[in-house]
Amino acid sequence: MVKASNNTVLHVADVHKTFGGLHALADVDLAIEEGKTHAIIGPNGAGKSTLLNVIVGKLAPTRGTVVLDGEVLTGKSPHEINQMGVARVFQTPEIFPDLSVFDNVMAPAFAKRDGSFKINIFNSLQSEKDIAQEAEEIIVDFGLEPMINTHAGALSRGHKRRLELAMCLIQKPRILLLDEPTAGMSRHDTNTTIDLLKKIKSTGMTKIIIEHDMHVVFSLADKVSVLAQGRIIAEGSPDEIRANPKVKEAYLGESSE
Amino acid sequence: MFNIPKKDAITFVLFAIVVLTMPIWLAPLGASYPGLLQKFAIYALLAVGYNILFGLTGYLSFGHAAFLGVGSYAAVWSFKLLSMNPVLALVFAIFFSGLFALAIGFISLRRSGIYFSILTLAFAQMSYKLAYSVLSPITHGENGLQLTLQDPRAIDMMFIERGSSLPTSSLFGIPMNGYAGFYFCAVILLIGFFIAQKITSSPFGMMLKGIKSNEDRMNYTGFNTKPYMLTAFVISGIYAGVAGGLLSITDPLAGAERMQWTASGELVLMTILGGVGTLVGPVIGAWIIKYFENIFSAFNESVLHNFFAFLPDNFESIVVLISSKFVGEGWHLTLGLMFVLVVVFLPGGIMEGVRRISARFSNRKDPSKGEEVIDPENLPKPDLKKGE
Repeated sequence: MVKASNNTVLHVADVHKTFGGLHALADVDLAIEEGKTHAIIGPNGAGKSTLLNVIVGKLAPTRGTVVLDGEVLTGKSPHEINQMGVARVFQTPEIFPDLSVFDNVMAPAFAKRDGSFKINIFNSLQSEKDIAQEAEEIIVDFGLEPMINTHAGALSRGHKRRLELAMCLIQKPRILLLDEPTAGMSRHDTNTTIDLLKKIKSTGMTKIIIEHDMHVVFSLADKVSVLAQGRIIAEGSPDEIRANPKVKEAYLGESSE
Repeated sequence: MFNIPKKDAITFVLFAIVVLTMPIWLAPLGASYPGLLQKFAIYALLAVGYNILFGLTGYLSFGHAAFLGVGSYAAVWSFKLLSMNPVLALVFAIFFSGLFALAIGFISLRRSGIYFSILTLAFAQMSYKLAYSVLSPITHGENGLQLTLQDPRAIDMMFIERGSSLPTSSLFGIPMNGYAGFYFCAVILLIGFFIAQKITSSPFGMMLKGIKSNEDRMNYTGFNTKPYMLTAFVISGIYAGVAGGLLSITDPLAGAERMQWTASGELVLMTILGGVGTLVGPVIGAWIIKYFENIFSAFNESVLHNFFAFLPDNFESIVVLISSKFVGEGWHLTLGLMFVLVVVFLPGGIMEGVRRISARFSNRKDPSKGEEVIDPENLPKPDLKKGE
C-alpha cells in the first residue's frame, strides 16, 4: 500500500470496483503528488477510465476511498467533487454544443465563483465584467478567439478538445484529469496539444493523464503507473517504466511504436 | 435590476407596442373584441412561461394545464373569500400554483426525458380527475367554481354593502372585463415578458441552456442541476398560475376542463409552432392557435361564398366546397397541416422562418443557392491548422 506523503494531493486508497463478477479495479493505490503529471497507461479494458470515473464521482467504488487534500471524495456527487477542485477532460469532448464558445468558458467560471447553485437573475451576462474578461483571456490563450461567438457544436474536433481544456482550466482546479487528450488526433495536433499541456505543467498544476500514445506519455509525465486487468503492475519514472520487463510484456510489447 | 441589453430593450419596446395596439391591428382580421383579446394576452403569457422550462432547459412538461387550473381556482377563491381585487387574486394564484409546482416538480424532476414528461402528465391528469371527484368541495366539480351572492368576501364587506347582483372583479373601480380587462392582462403579459427576458439574458438563464445542451457536463462543471431545474419549473408553473388567475379575473368561473391534458398539449403546440427557445415565438404560436380556435372555426359556407365571390359561379362552388372542409368544424385540419409543415420545413418554428427571411434580405449580394440559408453564426470556422 502506497503511503500518502506530505505533498500528496490526491490519494486513491485501496480502491476496488467490480461490475458483476468482473474486477474492473482491484487494490488500486495511487498517490498523486503536488505539481506532478502522473500518467496512467495500460491496455484497453485495463480499468483506466473506470478509475477516472471513480475519482470524479460518476461511479462509486465497491471498496476503498479517494482522498483529496485530506478530504474524502468517495460518496460525493460529481458537482461537489468538482467544487472541491477536480476538473476532468473527457475522451470525447464534453462541451455545451448549443452555446457559444464564450458562454462555454463563462459557465465554469460562474460555477467556480458562485458555487453549485445560485439564482443570478438580476445581472445580465454582459454586466458580469470580471468573468467575461477572465473568459476572454483564456480563450485568447487557447487561440479560440476567431470563433468566440461560434456555437461550440460547430467547432472541429481539435478545437472542441481545446475548448474543453479551457473550460477546465478557467476553474484553476486543484487537480486536472485528462482522459486520452490526444486520441484521434493527427501527429501535428498531438504535438500542439503536448506543447499546450507542457505550458499548463509549467504553472505547477497537478495532473492525471490517461494516454495510449507513448510519445505523449514520455514527453509529459513525471511518473507513470501501469494498469493491467484492474491492477497496478508497475510504477516509476518514464525511464524506469520503459525499461521494466513486466510492462513490456503486458503492454509495450503488444503495441510498441 | 432594470438594465437589460440594448437588443432586448428594443425587442421589449416593439413587443409592448404590438401588444398594446392589438385592438387596432386585429380589427381587420375580425379578432378585435375584448373576450378574444384577453385570451390572446393570457395565452401568450402562458406560452412565455412555458418556454422558460421547455425552451431553456429542454424538459418537456405535459402537465402545465394543472397549474393553469390551480391558478384559476385560487383566484376565484380569493374573490369568494376576500375581495374582488384582481391583484389580490393574482397573489393567491401565484402562491398556490407555485406551491403546487414545487411539489410536482420535486417529484417529477427525479427523472428526465420521456419519464419526466410522463410524470408531469400523470400529475396533471390526476389533478383533473380529482377536481371532478374527491376535491369537489373545493372545485365544485362539473358545475365549476362560481361566484355567488352569499360569498363572504370578507375584505370587500368592510367597505361596501352587499349588492343585489354578482360583483365583477375591479381595480380602482374599473371593472376587469371588456377592454379594461384586456389592458390589465396586457400589462401583466408585458411584465411577464420582461422577466422572461431578464432570465434569458442572465447567468441563471445560461445555466438552464447549459442543462439543455449537456446536463452531464453541467454536473462535472460543478453545478447542481436539480435546484436549477426545480427553480425553472416553479417559475414556469407560476406563469401558468398567473395565466389561470387572469382567466378567472376576466371571467370569474373556474372549471376543471382547464386542467385536461389537451390544454397542456395545446401549450406544447403553441411553443413548437412559434419557435422553441425564442422569446417571441411562443407568443406568436399562442396567437395563431387562439385565432384559429376562435375565428377560423366560426367561418361557414356563406363567409366563403362572399370571399370567393369574384370567381365564376361553378368554379366558386367547387372552391367553396373544398375550402369549407378546412374552416369551421375543420379548423383542426388546417392547424394540423400547418403544424406538420412547420415541423418538417422549419424545425425552429415560425421564428426560424423569420430568421431565414431576414438573413436572405441581409445577404442579398451573395447569390445563395436554393433553400439553404447559411446562418453565419453557425457556420463552422475553417480550421487554421492543417491535418484535422
